[in-house]
Order: sequence, then C-alpha cells, then structure tokens
Amino acid sequence: MSYLKPLFHHPSLKENKVGYVKADYEGVISTLCAGCGHDSISGAIVQACYEVSLEPHRLAKLSGIGCSSKTPTYFLSNSHGFNSVHGRMPSITTGANMANKHLIYLGVSGDGDTASIGMGQFVHAIRRNLNMVYIVMNNGCYGLTKGQDSATADFGSISKTGESNPYNGIDLAGLALELGASFVGRSFSGDKSQLVPMIKAAMSHPGFALLDVISPCVTFNNNKESTKSYSHVRAHIESTSEFDFVPEEKAIEVDYAAGDSAEVELFDGSKILLSKLAPDWNPTDKFTAVNRLHEAKSNGQILTGLLYINPESKDLHSMLNTSDKAFNAMDETDLCPGSMELEKINQGLR
Amino acid sequence: MNPTNTKDPEYFHKVVDCQYACPAHTPVPEYIRLIAAERYTDAFMINWESNVFPGILGRTCDRPCEPACRRGRVEEEPVAICRLKRVAADNKGEVKHLMPQAPFPMNGKKIALIGGGPASLTVARDLAPLGYELHLFDEWIKGGGMMRTQIPAFRLPESVLDEEVNYILDMGIHTHFNTFVDSMKEVLSKDYDAIFVGTGAPKGRELKIPGYEEAKDNIHIGIEYLADVAFEHRDKIGKNVIVLGGGNTAMDCCRTSKRIGGETVTVVVRSPRKDMKASPWEIEDAELEDIPILNNMPPKEFVVENGKLTGVIFGKVRAEYDENGKRSLIPTGEPDEFIPADDVIIAIGQDNAFPWIERDLGIEFGKWDIPVLDKTTFQSTLPNVFFGGDAAFGPENVITAVAHGHQAAVSIHHFCQGIPVTERLPPFTNLTSQKMGIHEWTYDNGIAHDLRYKVSHEEKKKSLANRKVEVELGFSEIEGFKEAQRCLNCDVQTVFTTSLCIECDACVDVCPTDCITFTANGEEEELRKRLTVPAMNTTQDLYVSDVLPTTRVMIKDEDVCLHCGLCSERCPTAAWDMQKYMYNVTKVYQKDGEKVCC
Ligand SMILES: Cc1cc2nc3c(=O)[nH]c(=O)nc-3n(C[C@H](O)[C@H](O)[C@H](O)COP(=O)(O)OP(=O)(O)OC[C@H]3O[C@@H](n4cnc5c(N)ncnc54)[C@H](O)[C@@H]3O)c2cc1C
Ligand SMILES: Cc1ncc(C[n+]2csc(CCOP(=O)(O)OP(=O)(O)O)c2C)c(N)n1
Ligand code: SF4
Ligand code: SF4
Ligand code: SF4
Ligand SMILES: [Mg+2]
Repeated sequence: MSYLKPLFHHPSLKENKVGYVKADYEGVISTLCAGCGHDSISGAIVQACYEVSLEPHRLAKLSGIGCSSKTPTYFLSNSHGFNSVHGRMPSITTGANMANKHLIYLGVSGDGDTASIGMGQFVHAIRRNLNMVYIVMNNGCYGLTKGQDSATADFGSISKTGESNPYNGIDLAGLALELGASFVGRSFSGDKSQLVPMIKAAMSHPGFALLDVISPCVTFNNNKESTKSYSHVRAHIESTSEFDFVPEEKAIEVDYAAGDSAEVELFDGSKILLSKLAPDWNPTDKFTAVNRLHEAKSNGQILTGLLYINPESKDLHSMLNTSDKAFNAMDETDLCPGSMELEKINQGLR
Repeated sequence: MNPTNTKDPEYFHKVVDCQYACPAHTPVPEYIRLIAAERYTDAFMINWESNVFPGILGRTCDRPCEPACRRGRVEEEPVAICRLKRVAADNKGEVKHLMPQAPFPMNGKKIALIGGGPASLTVARDLAPLGYELHLFDEWIKGGGMMRTQIPAFRLPESVLDEEVNYILDMGIHTHFNTFVDSMKEVLSKDYDAIFVGTGAPKGRELKIPGYEEAKDNIHIGIEYLADVAFEHRDKIGKNVIVLGGGNTAMDCCRTSKRIGGETVTVVVRSPRKDMKASPWEIEDAELEDIPILNNMPPKEFVVENGKLTGVIFGKVRAEYDENGKRSLIPTGEPDEFIPADDVIIAIGQDNAFPWIERDLGIEFGKWDIPVLDKTTFQSTLPNVFFGGDAAFGPENVITAVAHGHQAAVSIHHFCQGIPVTERLPPFTNLTSQKMGIHEWTYDNGIAHDLRYKVSHEEKKKSLANRKVEVELGFSEIEGFKEAQRCLNCDVQTVFTTSLCIECDACVDVCPTDCITFTANGEEEELRKRLTVPAMNTTQDLYVSDVLPTTRVMIKDEDVCLHCGLCSERCPTAAWDMQKYMYNVTKVYQKDGEKVCC
C-alpha cells in the first residue's frame, strides 16, 4: 500500500494569491477505507482553503475520536492541529479560541463523537456561538469501532449488520437550529459543487457554523437498505438552493431569475448567493428553515444546502468583550499580573 | 464523446509515450523495470528482439523516446532511457543461447541484401531463422554500415559493434565484404527470390564556393573523412580546422579532428543555434571538449595563398521567419570575418545515390533520387525489390533503419511465400492486472522524485589523446538502479470498469495530478476545457467511460498520469485496476507464435 503521496502535480495548475498550489493544502495519504465519504470531505476542505487563498498557518484543525476525527491528518499538513479525546473537540476548541481569536477554527467530528459522547459539549458550543466551523462527517454509525448504529442513524435504517434501527435518529441540523446556531448547513460528501462553497462561507461566518455532511461509511453502512449509503442519498437528495460563495473583492456575476434569488452579505463583506429551489424558504428566517426540514423529512427526502444563516451573528468574543490580543502575544506581566491583582479581584467579589 | 475503445491495440500503446515514439516500439518500461531488478540479461533480450542493437543504441541512439517521455511533462527532464539500455548491455550475462540457434532448416529461398548497415542486418536477423539463404554485400571490410564507418569509436567502441553485428552474421549469413555492387541489373539476373536494398545515403554534399577548386586538397567531405579515420586511412589533420555544418556529422567531425591533431577546431554554422540539427547532447559533448560553435555565419569563400588553403571568409546574418515559419537569413551588414584554417571539413548533409541501379529495370525513382516505395511494405515498383533504412526515404538514424528492416522482412517473407505483401502482422498485445494483494502491485508504484542522473565521462585529457577511448563511462549499477526508478511505468495502465464504480469520488480526490473528472458528457473540444484541470495537450487522449448511474461519465486525461496506482488503491470497488499492457511489434520469425521474450 502506498504511504507516500507523489509530490508532482499538474504543471498547469496555478498558484493561488498567496503563492500555494492545491497540493500545499493536502495532508498525508489517508488510511481510511478506500471510498470513505470522509476522504471526499477532506478533499473539499483542501479545495476550499486553496480557493480562498488561506495561509495555512491561519487555521487550526481540531477533532475528537473516530474515523472522521482522524481526517485532519489527511488535509492541511501545514496548519495547527489538535486531536483530542472522544467528544471533547468543542471544549478544546473553546479553550484555543479564547486564547487566540485570530485563527480560523475548524472542528471535525463524527456523528458518534457529536451526537453521543460529545452531545453535552456540542450544545454548549452552539449556545455560546463559538466562532468556529463545526463539520460533522455523518455516516450514521461508529465507523472506527466497526459500524454500530449511531444516534443519527435513521429509524428503520439497516446497516451491514442487518439489524433495523429501532430508534429515531437525532437530526443535528434541526437541533442546532433549535439551539440558536447562527449558521446551519447540510451537504453530502459526494457533492463538492455544494460543499466547497459552503465550507468557504462557513469559514467567513463570525460565529458557530454547523455543517452536517452526510458521508457514507463504505465499509459498514453503504448497503442498499441504509439511509446513509451513496445510492440512497443520491436518490433522495434535495437542496434548498443552488449555492455560491463570492469573496469580498469579487464582482457578482451569477444571474439568477428574479424572485428566486437571495443574497446574504457576510460580516467580512463576502456574499453568499442562493438561487432558491424552494419558494417558501428564506435563509435568514429560522422558522421557514425548520418547516422545510420537517417537510423534507416527512417526504423521505434529505434536504441539503444552506438552511439558515444569521447575518447579525455575534460570536462569543464580542459577547464577552475579550481582549483582541492573543495570549501568545501577551507578555508575562499581562498573563500573570501577580498576587496583588488577584487579591484586588477577590476583594471586589467579597 | 464515445466511450473509449480500449480494445483498440493502439489506445494503451499510445499511453506508453516512449514505446509509442520509438520507431521499433521497444517495450521501454518493461526493460527498465528489469534493470531495476538487476535482470540485465532479460532486459537486454527484450531490447534485442525489438531493436537488434542494444549495446550500440544504448550509446548512440537518436532517442526519439526521450522527448516523448511523460516524465518530461511533470518535471524538468525525461528518464535517461537510452543510457539505461546500455546498463543492460554492459551488465548482461551470456545471451547467445537465448537467440534463435543456427543452423536453421533451409526453406529454399535466396535473398540478396545490398549494404551491410543496420537495415540489412535486421532483415537478415528476422529472416534467417525462417531458413532463407541470405547473401549480404557491402563495400567495406566488415558489416555495420555507417555504424562502423561514421560513428566514431570514442562514442561506440568497435568491440560492442562487432559483438552485436556478429550475433546476426553468426546465424549463417553469407557475407560478401569488400564488394561494391555496381549493377542492379546483374543482381537481378541471378537467382535471388527477392532483393533488399539497404545501401544508406552515402553521398556527402559538397560546397562549391569561390576558392573550392584551388583549395580542394584541404577540403574534406565529412562522411568520407570519418570513414577514412575509422579505417585508419587517415590519422592526421591540420592544426587549425574548420567544420562547416550544424548536424551530428559536424559534431563527430570536430571531435574526431580534436583527437588526430586538430588544436584549434571551430564549428561554423550558417543558421542560428536553435535551428541546428545536431542533438542537444552531441552539441554539449563537443563544447565540453572546448570546441566553439559559431552561429549565423554562412561561408563565402575559401581563401588560398600560394596555392594553399589559409582560411575561410564568413558573412554575418540573422534569421527571420515569415508567418509560415519559413526562414530567411538576412545579412546584418557587419563586416565579414576571416577564420584561418589548414583544413576544412564539410558536413552539410547527405543525399541518396543509386548510380549502380540502372534506370530501365522498372525501379522508379522520385524526387531527389529517392525510390518510389509503398510506405508500409517498403516494396519498390519492381515487386521483388525492397528498400529500407536511409536508402528508403533519406537519412534518418539507426533505430529507424531497424524498424524498416523488421517491416521489410515481413514483406519479403510474404512475397516469397505467395502471401500478399499488404498483409501485415498484428501486434502482440496482452493486458494483465498487476494486483498481488489488496493494495499490492507487481510493480514499484511509488514515485521517485530524483532528478535525472548524469552519465560520467572519461577524463578529458585521456579521451582526447586517443580516438578509441570511449568518452562516456556509462551508468554504474547503482546509478542505473536510481535512474530506472525515475520511470513512471506508463505501460501499467489505469483500466476503468464503469459497472463497478459507485461514484464515491475517492479517485478524484487522491489523484496527485488531477487527471480524473466525473462530469456530464460533451463534445471533446468543449469537454477538455471543463475538466478539473483543463486538458490542453491535445496530443494526449481522454479516456471516457460509459454512462454512470448519475448520468455522468468518468473522464481521465492521460496527459500527466503518473501511473502511481493511487486511484486503484483508493477505489473501494476495484473499478480502477492497474493492468500491464504488453505491446510488441510481431517480427516475421515470431509469426507463428514463437515466444516473445518475457
Ligand atoms: C557522422 C554520422 C554519425 C551518425 N551518428 C548516428 C548516431 O549516433 N545514432 C544514430 O542512430 N544514427 C547515426 N547516424 C545515422 C546512421 O548511421 C544511419 O542512419 C544508419 O546507419 C542507416 O542505416 P542503413 O542500414 O540504412 O545504411 P548504412 O548504415 O548507411 O549502411 C549502408 C552500407 O551499404 C554500403 N553500400 C552502399 N552502397 C553500396 C553498394 N552499391 N554496394 C555495396 N555496399 C554499398 C555502405 O558503404 C554502407 O556500409 C550517423 C550518421 C553519420 C553520417
Ligand atoms: C471515551 C471513549 N469511549 C469510547 C471510545 C470508542 N470509540 C472510538 S471511535 C467511537 C465512535 C466514533 O464514531 P463517529 O464519531 O461517528 O466516527 P466515525 O468513525 O463514524 O467517523 C467510539 C465509540 C473511545 N475511543 N473513547
Ligand atoms: S470504517 Fe467507515 S467511516 Fe471508517 S474509514 Fe472505513 S468507510 Fe470510513
Ligand atoms: S495512476 Fe491514478 S491516481 Fe495516479 S496519477 Fe494516474 S490517474 Fe492519478
Ligand atoms: S474510487 Fe472507484 S468507485 Fe469511487 S469514483 Fe473512483 S472509480 Fe468510482
Ligand atoms: Mg460516524
């Protein structure tokens, strides 16, 4: 098995604005099962970061445990990274983010890592509107531990074990909407034309951005009867809109039919362009989003695309009015003002 | 686009860029892998079957394969294919017992081969095992043609030449050396069933500018000069030598002169450097021997004083090209330049010449005295006379002469057996999976990033002192191994099975050179622009699948595929498989399924 990637790349591939080619955003060769949806999501992350000309050192990737949580090894080798324990990615990200608000935080998790052991952490990160991109690589099972049903497995879905799931699945996007997440999107690992701009938009969004990405587990949950298989997802996928992300400095060229289009301006001046496929939905109106989700679900459809965005999102740092200076830029006296200062604070609380 | 027909033997053949470019279609990656495996004898035999002269070509081939090599499209330099061939020849073991063993039962047919160069020798090798009585005529004392008379010993040692020529002559060929054939009519009157003309392009061009007649004694025609030196009829030249011409003959003439008394040797070319016909490596080697090459200087006059040549006057020009790329040399107006010389060697081209073929025999000649031939069969307008090598379409090189020889041998055999000569032998092809385990391949699919290794040279002082000292030392075994590892194994094909693909995109994501795209089908021109990386090199094909369940098709641009096998390793369903494609030009003695080596 190959364990090294060739360093050659296509000679006509252009460098981006910061002088990197796409290969500069890659990681080492994946050890996931061949055909795993997670690898495609890694590919989409690489593509998105290359396209927005991100300087790799400006991003931190954090993850928990699971096949999905292993993926940060397979992209952005030149960025910061922290592979934490099962379900604890949100608290590690919170800590890192509090210490330095100037990085882009990309949390990678699985449906097991998020919807079971990490559920408590997940909901609080949303509640705090922590400025991060939170990608759930959602395969409806615990891939790494050989495919047990996870909490997002749909009722009645049958995995490779042949057992029908007796429980209702947790809809992470619906839950995030309920908890007040400021950016909620759903996508499919096999649809890069949607996923890549969605990752770009999520990175520009100031606040918590959930991307619930259906990602077939090719080994344990890709049989015909599974609702998270390639074939099932392809047959039932429906999207809220055609989607495009336009960075700040670029003129908008897309021309959608009047009435069907929506444009959402992000905090940094970049724009999300949507050509709506469902007229009774408005991306900045949470209620229509919730309705569309329920509607699609009852029709047996998987609704993808941008579901909701709050353009007025205020992240945790602005809520708490934290220091603009990162801890690593402060000197010792700032970081440890001494026992006198502590005494003063204690006195103030008496 | 229509789905690619991979059953067409030429489709995958074209992907093996080097083999496709080789006139004899030598299975290059196959022998390179054998070199890496230290199986030098097998590597030699693969070459011997295809190109007949591995040790000679491993030193002197014009290497049309190298500019074609895929490696040159993903990094600076192609694989040193030619010099690897020499590694096989240098390190091989006993090979003679692996060749067809004479004596062969005779088939009663008798063939005359006129000229003893690589073209005739190839015909001889291919026909001998079939029992033909072969009579080879050459004006010189030994076989080899221009490989012996022209290619200097410091590039090709006589021992190597003798060895490889003798493998053929030892197959029971009747040789008639020191025999210049001066009448085709006479040959035709003998009882030959067929005649092959492999007499090369033996006439060096002259340059009759003012002063020529007076200076004649010190003006030499390049190919005659080289032959004289080769046969030791000449062992001296003046101290100041001018070589006129910008081709490989000029390079051999100047380097030879340096070795037999020339102290100041200058090559003067009338055209710009980039239009010079000499191979870049030949120019480099001449310059390494401190021979200046002056460009844009057409000769105007041989200057003679007291009846003796003293030098040459040159004009100064620059090249201009019209919209069709046609060149004209425009005088710059600068004053002429005089360069002193004791001897001048003219190496400005060769022509075909057939003074010995009477024009009333039914053998038609066209423009420039070139015979009228069928391009595939090499048959002339007189059905029992065939041509090949430089004699066929003008001066080329050894490997082209060999390729002609193989095809002419097929024609001659068919002609003698009453089979239409237009009936050709289909190539031998074979496509087999290289899978050995779940992610294991029979070939080393890791990509080596090493830059091209340089062949080391003999110390200059030593090699200039003796014209028989070989300049290139060849790769050592270790260097050969490392250079062999640079080969991308382009014969190991990516083979796609549409019905197995689940469109998971794994191959698209992993491919280091972005070769693969899943998209809606379309017309080729428009489709090429729409791929992950637009496929602008139209000399390379697109591999198009059948329609997939999502109605898309898989398109693979063959252009810069590294044959790394990652697509196959990451494919969950083995829709991609790495399969080795063997393509061999069938030689006439292999016609009835005789083993094709390895
Ligand atoms: C200076 C020089 C250097 C070269 N270097 C290279 C090189 O490095 N690599 C490369 O690939 N190619 C090289 N070539 C070209 C190469 O030598 C020829 O293309 C090749 O040898 C042609 O082979 P052939 O069999 O057609 O004829 P030739 O090799 O020309 O052989 C023909 C033979 O027939 C003989 N002959 C001709 N007429 C008669 C007759 N009537 N009766 C009897 N005998 C006759 C000739 O004397 C000669 O011996 C070089 C050529 C020259 C001039
Ligand atoms: C504290 C703890 N409990 C249990 C495990 C065992 N474990 C490892 S991965 C995993 C589930 C991972 O599922 P998911 O997050 O969906 O990732 P996937 O492999 O499906 O991508 C579990 C339960 C563990 N590593 N640590
Ligand atoms: S077990 Fe499933 S989730 Fe894990 S790598 Fe394999 S296919 Fe992907
Ligand atoms: S072998 Fe496959 S992965 Fe490797 S370069 Fe070729 S198409 Fe890409
Ligand atoms: S990896 Fe295999 S199954 Fe997946 S898209 Fe490529 S060819 Fe199809
Ligand atoms: Mg999972």
